[in-house]
Amino acid sequence: MMKIGFLINPVAGMGGKVALKGTDGEETLRRAVELGAVPVAAGRADEAVKEFAGKAADCLFYSPSGAMGADLLKSYSLRTESLFEPSEHTVPADTRRAAEMMLERGVSLIVFAGGDGTARDLCSVVGESIPAVGIPAGVKIHSGVYAKRPKAAGMLVGKFISGEVRRFAAAEVVDIDEEAFRDNIVRARLYGCMKIPDDREFMQERKSGGSGGPAEEAAELAAFMALSMKPGHLYLIGSGSTTRQLTERLGLDGTLLGVDAVMDGKLIGKDLTEAEIKKILSTVEREKRALIITAIGGQGHIFGRGNQQLSPEALRMIEKENITVIATPAKMAQLFGRSLIADTGDSALDRELAGYIPVVTGHGRKIMAKIS
Amino acid sequence: MSAKMYPYIPNSDERVQREMLEYIGAASIDELIADIPEDMRMKQKMNLPEAVSDEAGLFRHVGSMLDKNKTARELVCFLGAGCYNRYVPAVVDEVVNRSEFLTAYAGEPYEDHGRFHAMFEYQSMMAELLDMDVCNVPNYDGSQAVGTALRMAARITRRKEVLIPRNVNPDTLRAVQTYLQPDISITYVDYSAKSGRICLDSLKEKLTDKAAAVLVMNPNFFGVIEESAQDIAELAHANGALMVAWVEPSTLGLLTPPSRYGADIACGDIQGLGLHMNYGGGVAGFIATKDEPRFVDEYPSRLFGVAPTSEREWGFGDVLWERTSFANRDGAKEFVGTHSALWGIAAGVYLAAMGPQGMKELGEAVVQRQLCLRKLLSGVKGISFDRFSGTPFQEVVADFSASGKKVSEINRKLLEKGILGGYDLGGSFPELEGCMLLAVTEQTSADDIKALASALGEILA
Amino acid sequence: MNNLERMKKFRQARWNEPIIYEISEPGARAVLVPGPCCGCVSVEEATASLPEAMLRRDKANLPEVAQLQLVRHYNHLSQENIGVDGNIDIGQGTCTMKYSPKVNDRLAGLAKVADMHPLQPDETAQGILELFYKTGGLFKEISGLDVFSMQPGGGSHGVLALASIVHAYWRDKGEEEKRDEIITTLFSHPADCAVPITKGYKVTIIQPDAEGYPDLEAFKAAISDRTAAIFFTNPEDTGIFNVRIKEFTRLAHEKGILCCYDQANANGLLGITRTVEAGFDMSFFNLHKTFGAPHGCGGPATGLVAAKKELRPYMPVPLVEYSPEKGYYLDFDLPKSCGKIKSFWGVAPVVVKAYSWIMALGADGLREVSRVAILNNNYCMKKILAIKGASLSFPNHPSRIEQARYSWQKLKEDTGFGTADVQRCIADFGTHYWSSHEPWVIPEPFTIEPSESYSKQDIDDYCGVLAEISRMCYEEPEAVKHAPENSTVHHIDHDYFDDPAKYAITWRAYNKKYKGYFEPR
Repeated sequence: MMKIGFLINPVAGMGGKVALKGTDGEETLRRAVELGAVPVAAGRADEAVKEFAGKAADCLFYSPSGAMGADLLKSYSLRTESLFEPSEHTVPADTRRAAEMMLERGVSLIVFAGGDGTARDLCSVVGESIPAVGIPAGVKIHSGVYAKRPKAAGMLVGKFISGEVRRFAAAEVVDIDEEAFRDNIVRARLYGCMKIPDDREFMQERKSGGSGGPAEEAAELAAFMALSMKPGHLYLIGSGSTTRQLTERLGLDGTLLGVDAVMDGKLIGKDLTEAEIKKILSTVEREKRALIITAIGGQGHIFGRGNQQLSPEALRMIEKENITVIATPAKMAQLFGRSLIADTGDSALDRELAGYIPVVTGHGRKIMAKIS
Repeated sequence: MSAKMYPYIPNSDERVQREMLEYIGAASIDELIADIPEDMRMKQKMNLPEAVSDEAGLFRHVGSMLDKNKTARELVCFLGAGCYNRYVPAVVDEVVNRSEFLTAYAGEPYEDHGRFHAMFEYQSMMAELLDMDVCNVPNYDGSQAVGTALRMAARITRRKEVLIPRNVNPDTLRAVQTYLQPDISITYVDYSAKSGRICLDSLKEKLTDKAAAVLVMNPNFFGVIEESAQDIAELAHANGALMVAWVEPSTLGLLTPPSRYGADIACGDIQGLGLHMNYGGGVAGFIATKDEPRFVDEYPSRLFGVAPTSEREWGFGDVLWERTSFANRDGAKEFVGTHSALWGIAAGVYLAAMGPQGMKELGEAVVQRQLCLRKLLSGVKGISFDRFSGTPFQEVVADFSASGKKVSEINRKLLEKGILGGYDLGGSFPELEGCMLLAVTEQTSADDIKALASALGEILA
Repeated sequence: MNNLERMKKFRQARWNEPIIYEISEPGARAVLVPGPCCGCVSVEEATASLPEAMLRRDKANLPEVAQLQLVRHYNHLSQENIGVDGNIDIGQGTCTMKYSPKVNDRLAGLAKVADMHPLQPDETAQGILELFYKTGGLFKEISGLDVFSMQPGGGSHGVLALASIVHAYWRDKGEEEKRDEIITTLFSHPADCAVPITKGYKVTIIQPDAEGYPDLEAFKAAISDRTAAIFFTNPEDTGIFNVRIKEFTRLAHEKGILCCYDQANANGLLGITRTVEAGFDMSFFNLHKTFGAPHGCGGPATGLVAAKKELRPYMPVPLVEYSPEKGYYLDFDLPKSCGKIKSFWGVAPVVVKAYSWIMALGADGLREVSRVAILNNNYCMKKILAIKGASLSFPNHPSRIEQARYSWQKLKEDTGFGTADVQRCIADFGTHYWSSHEPWVIPEPFTIEPSESYSKQDIDDYCGVLAEISRMCYEEPEAVKHAPENSTVHHIDHDYFDDPAKYAITWRAYNKKYKGYFEPR
């Protein structure tokens, strides 16, 4: 019998209708309710469950009681075991607690409805240990762990249950600074990665072969970048799953979320602070300082809150042409039609960085992208 | 609007065009090409020859131009050098001219099941002939197959140098160079002036642990069987290199398949398996290996595999569509595109028609004629077959230097007598000035050989 | 019965054809081989002449089939295939599927072509050399360029030839090390990026702006004195014609950069605009697409290379030339040549077919080809955009030349079914469409190219099928899930294509891995 964890963040998405751009923080939630916000997550989750309920007769679901999931599952007569009674207003601790219990029960998939905040909470417990499917229900959906629509999430779960999904991909969990977002400033930050089922239809024909799927593309990019690194140069490697593949390719134990430093194939600094970055940069001549970063999240941030260790001062220590942005073709396709965003916190530097840059996407391959 | 009706353009009818424009909501076709700037438009009509629009006239026009050719059938052909005047059974032409195959392109494994199935069978039969477990959908030609096989070896071994003997087809070699540029370097290995085979001493001298592959053409360009192939393979392997065997598949009913003397990759051209020469257009390449991921992952070509369907039929599709290994290799990738699929279907029909006995008899027929040719020509003064001591298969080096005549001159006189003489080796191999490469096929008759002997007798007298 | 009803009743041949080894009968023969040519040498002597160690001891395990059984087998397989001659083949956008006149096949199949050895003296090959030369002459007008090679065996091969010429040019100028970058656009053919990389070039891709045109500002930022060449397709695979193309080539030339035009999408341009008018130095044309030669399930084909006379020294060898003294001849005297791209001189039958096709149409006919291709496409576009769930890529720019890329994004959002589902379904109607739409930035893409060969009724019928599939996605999802039902085979299990333990690329590999019907050994 397949065990599946299921969770709804019932307050997710409540800020949207009342233009609050997120419901993180109890105060915001209180305001949302005052403004007349009504729960939407359950409705979104329902759209998804409808798609897989018919296939889930042999599954056992683990879910928090009531509005956090069990009610909805029971309305479809799905076998459900309640994990615990959550607090009246769901708080992040409930999500994390549910995730821990699901892992203990040995579920093979976690299905959850929420927004970026929910994904963050789950990710902090589950990481990439088991696959997860996100039903988009929040105001902020920047994390790749969410399906495009609730219906699509439901179909994906259905495919997983019936054994049609055999490939998995790493998806970024990204959140943005809600305070800034309310002022229409998007500042994305990477919080981790989760493992998602990859159900792309097998497409037989292509006129030009060799490019491979997302995982192969990412590996190829990492291999190419590893080869292009020059001896005697100091490389700062920014956060993100794409850059992490580079450190993995180099056989180094880098960090996903932090800034690492590599020189001559050795990891000489890990998860560096701003001060450490400046210190380590000053150990080599200016022209031998390089930075490799990737675009984070659905908005395409290359500099911003996500890597604020890379302060304007630190960035000014590196020649602009020694800053290499890398991204997989799949990522560039996601960002198609958008500019990359440099939000260093120093508008003069942002202006300097603006313009077109070549983003390295694979072996010998670059794509011109605009930074704004 | 056109006043004329074009048989290949049904909507050239003015009434239809008006109806369509009305539906679109445009006044004219010109309105639809507004995107093409005025200053880029052709102001004048293309200055092309008057059209020959009736079919009978077209057939006469093109047919009479082609009639100026003198074919290898109208002449007596002893030319080989990578393209052979072999008989193409009628069943082969029947199948490849079926318009379901001829006019199809890249349909899916459902409605274009037939081409997947036929190609899988082609791969299967080639694999048997070559004694390998994997064979690809055809490349453009043998040149690309050899170039790609060497690149595969470079990726597998992660080395950047290949060893190529000097006794390979020079036309193919020039194209192979194009495929290997710029990152794979070639080191040339000498052949033995005595035997015509690869010189093992030269090989030992050149072979280091930098080499990705040692290429062996078998039979080599001089027609000589590389009987030390096993030793070459062992030398290659001892240095961590692969052995790439470039073989003529039509010989393999009689000659041992390359896997049995240690070849890791087999490659070559299938022209000799049921393809018309087509002035050199009847070429297509193959690559074959063992069924191990380290090889299979490195094919840039398409590989069709068999799979079950929900109704227990034979289904087909692309194996390893996302050829994962490219991701983790340091070298450049290669590309696939429209290659030579139809010729693969042809070769499949040919192998099925010939069967095991037919392929064996084909080899026997060829060697028998080669021996007959040598026997009958040996009586002619001024010809020697002793230039190389190595054993020939379907081609043999005839040395005319004792006659004092140039090969080009001999060939010109042969042509006056309706004979296409052999390939003039002196052009690409200065050391073989005065030598000619004579080829036979199963189509060569005793009369053909006698005609050659008597013509040469006269010319050299 | 209307045409849609007719097409709904389509049933493709489903022969459940065995693998040829399953019909093998020991001893059966389909053709016999000539015996010894005379008595002077016996077969035994012949075999004995060969080195013992090099003899094959066993017989190759090939099938043994009599002639009727062989022909029947392959006829069944051919019936399980649909070519242009069997369906409304407008769903393989960018491939220019058009009718290939039978008379051209007949001409190309003549012994006067088939039985020509490539190394025959030129004087015995005057007919085919004249045809090659005159084909070049036709392309002088079609492209406005000067020198031609018919050596490349397809479109990607044409790109390889252009990249090789670029390399030879810069080598000659002593700048091959420095000029190591090539610029292309996102919606140029993918080979324009993939192939130069194999020649060691670094390729930079220009993305389109909101209207779908390549971003000129990005291009300005990308070009430099390191750029060796630009490789552009125009109109691009979206069907959008880059109106500022001359500005791109002008800017490139200012920096000495060579301009290469991928003319694979030329079917809407004949007699309207040319390579030379767009400011390019060289290009290639697919004779198997625009110029009427059939695709043969994927080749053999020809990517004819055309270049300005200044680039002649770098062209592949040999070139076909004419002089009153020598007649038509192969000219190998190009010391700076990029070398060879292919064995011998190219695919002669394809050149014969293209020459015949052009000669049958003449200047007026070629122009009519392009005008009707454009008319058909615009008509088809309007029909498709009326279908629920379908939309045009780059809707801000609704004008297209000879093809258009569309999206089923709305259909996917509404019903969960996307382009791959439509593709499975359409096989049930006796037609098809393909799924090659790189780069995958247009969600749920499909590309339709109704070339001049298709009648108004054909386009109506094809669009009618798409509309019906859309209706099914909205109203009969179960039927969509189980498609195809009327095609050659049922749902294929793709699990058998990625796992080395499971895939079988040949029958012998199958027999090593399985017994019976996919029972693992």
